[in-house]
Amino acid sequence: MRKRALRITSGLGGTLALLALTPNVGFAQELTPEEVQAVLDNLWVFIAGILVFFMQAGFALVEAGLTRAKNVVNIFAKNMADAVIGILAFFATGYAFAFGGGGDWIGTENFLLTGYDDYSAIDGGLSPATTFFFQAVFAATAVTIASGAMAERTKFSAYLLFSAVMCAFIYPVVVHWTWGGGLIANMSIGDAVYSDFAGSAIVHMTGGVAALMGAIFLGPRLGKYGPDGKPRAIPGHNIPFAILGVFILWLGWFGFNPGSELAADQYVMSVGVNTMLAAAAGALLATVTIWLKAGKPDLAMIGNGALAGLVAITAPCGTVDPLPAVIIGGVGGVLVVFSVLFFDSVRVDDPVGAISVHGVVGIWGTLSIGLFAKYDDAFLGREDAGLFYGGGFDQLAMQLVMVVIIAVWVAATTAILFGIIKATIGLRVSAEEETQGLDVLEHGLQGYATETANTGA
Amino acid sequence: MKLITAVIKPFKLDEVKDGLKAIGITGLTVSEVRGFGRQGGHTETYRGAEYQIDFVPKVSLSVVVDDGQADQVVDAITTAAATGKIGDGKIWVTPVDRLVRIRTGEEGAQAI
Repeated sequence: MRKRALRITSGLGGTLALLALTPNVGFAQELTPEEVQAVLDNLWVFIAGILVFFMQAGFALVEAGLTRAKNVVNIFAKNMADAVIGILAFFATGYAFAFGGGGDWIGTENFLLTGYDDYSAIDGGLSPATTFFFQAVFAATAVTIASGAMAERTKFSAYLLFSAVMCAFIYPVVVHWTWGGGLIANMSIGDAVYSDFAGSAIVHMTGGVAALMGAIFLGPRLGKYGPDGKPRAIPGHNIPFAILGVFILWLGWFGFNPGSELAADQYVMSVGVNTMLAAAAGALLATVTIWLKAGKPDLAMIGNGALAGLVAITAPCGTVDPLPAVIIGGVGGVLVVFSVLFFDSVRVDDPVGAISVHGVVGIWGTLSIGLFAKYDDAFLGREDAGLFYGGGFDQLAMQLVMVVIIAVWVAATTAILFGIIKATIGLRVSAEEETQGLDVLEHGLQGYATETANTGA
Repeated sequence: MKLITAVIKPFKLDEVKDGLKAIGITGLTVSEVRGFGRQGGHTETYRGAEYQIDFVPKVSLSVVVDDGQADQVVDAITTAAATGKIGDGKIWVTPVDRLVRIRTGEEGAQAI
C-alpha cells in the first residue's frame, strides 16, 4: 500500500515537474478574453467551412437526381473532380490572386500558401489557415455550379480544364476585386460602397454566368427540342436524390452565410435566421408559382425554389430584418420559375436550372441590398442604406455596378475559355456517346450495375 | 401444349398467382413491361416542358399448360385480373412446339 502510493506520488510529481518546466503547457499561461474570442472566431469559421464543403454532396445529389441514370457516374465524377481540382487550383494560385496583397487588380503573393512565418497563427483575427480553408470551399462552390448546366453532354477532360482555370484565376479575380479589397471594394457612389455578405454575386452569379456560357457553347442536349422548336421534358431519374440534395445544400448554407460573419458573435444567429426564412419563402413561392403555371406542384421546381431563396439571401443576410428576408427569398422563388421557363424557351438547355437559381437569382439577391439594407453588415459602413429605408438610389446603383462588372468579367473570360476548349480538345461528347450515356463510354462504369448487382457471383 | 401469355395490371399479380395455384398451376414467368391499348395516354409537364405519357406499366406473365387445361387457366386469369375498368389487359394462347425441363431433360407433357 505504501509502496503503491509512493510510486503514484513520485509519478505525479515527476509529471508535474516536467509540465512546469515545459513552456506553453499547463497552468503557466492564461488566455486573455481577446485570445479566447479569436480562437472562437477561427473555430466557428472553420466549422462553417466544413458545412460548406458538405454542400458538394448536395450539389451532386441535386444534379444526379435531375439528370438521367445513364449519366449518373459522370455527374458524380464531375462534382468530385471540380471539388478536388478546384481546391488544389485555389491552393496553387487562386488564394494568392484573391487575397495575396497586390493592387486593385490581382493578388501577387502567398502562392501555395507560402510567405507566412506561421500560416496557422491566430493573431487576433482569422489565421491564414482558417481563411484559406473557408475561402477554398467557397471556390469549390462557385465552380461546381456550372456542372449542372453542362450536364449530360460535356467531355470530362474539358470540364476538368474549366474547373482548374475557374478556381485558379477567374473566380479569384472576382474575389480580389471585392472581398480581397481590390477594384470594386474601392469604388463608391455617394456614401454607398459594395456589399455582398456571403457572395450572391461573387460566388453564385459568377457560377451562374459561367454555367450560362457553358450551356451556350455546348448547345442543348440531343432530343431536348422537338422539330417544332418546343422544349421537351427530359425527366430526372431520381427525384428523392434531388430533394435530399436540396436539404443538404440548405444545411450547408448555415455555414455559408453565418460563417461569412467571419467571427463568433450574435450576428451569426441572426444571419442564420434570415437564411432559414428566405429558403422557406423561396420554396413556398416557387410552389405557388409553378402550381398556377403548370397546374401541378412540380417538386423539382420546388427544390429549385428553396435554393433560389438561399441564393437570394446570401448577399443581404447581414443587413436585412427577418420580414424582408422572407420577401427577398420569396421573390427569388418566383423569379426562378420564370427564369427556368425563359431559358428553355430561348434554346439554352439547363438540365438543373443552375443558370436561373444561381445566376438570375444571384443578381436579384445582390440588388435587393439596394432596396432592403438596414443594418451595417460590416461592408456597408452605414445604416439604412436601402431605398425603402430612406437611403435613396445610391446603394442600388452601386450594387448594379458591381453586378455588371463581375458579370462582364466572368462572361468574357469563360467565353474565351470555352471557345479555346471547344477549338482544341473539344467541349462536347459525340452524338453516339451522348445517346448511349456518358457513364460507360467516358468512365467505363455503370452507375447502377443491375445485372452484376443481382447475380450470385 | 399451349403457351398462355397475359398482360395484366401490376397490382393484380398476386391475385392471379393465387388463382392459378388454386387450379394446380405450378410454374409461372413474370416480367415488368409497359404498354397501351385503346386507353390512350395523357400529357404532363416537367419543369414547365410538356411530355406525353403513352405507355402504362403492366406485368406480363407466361405459363405453359396442357391443351386440356388452357381454357381453365384463361378463365382463372380473367377472373382474378379483371377490375372492369379500362386497362385490364389481354390474354392470348399460342401453341408450343417443344418443351424441355433443363434439370432432367424431360420433354413434352412431363416437362410441364
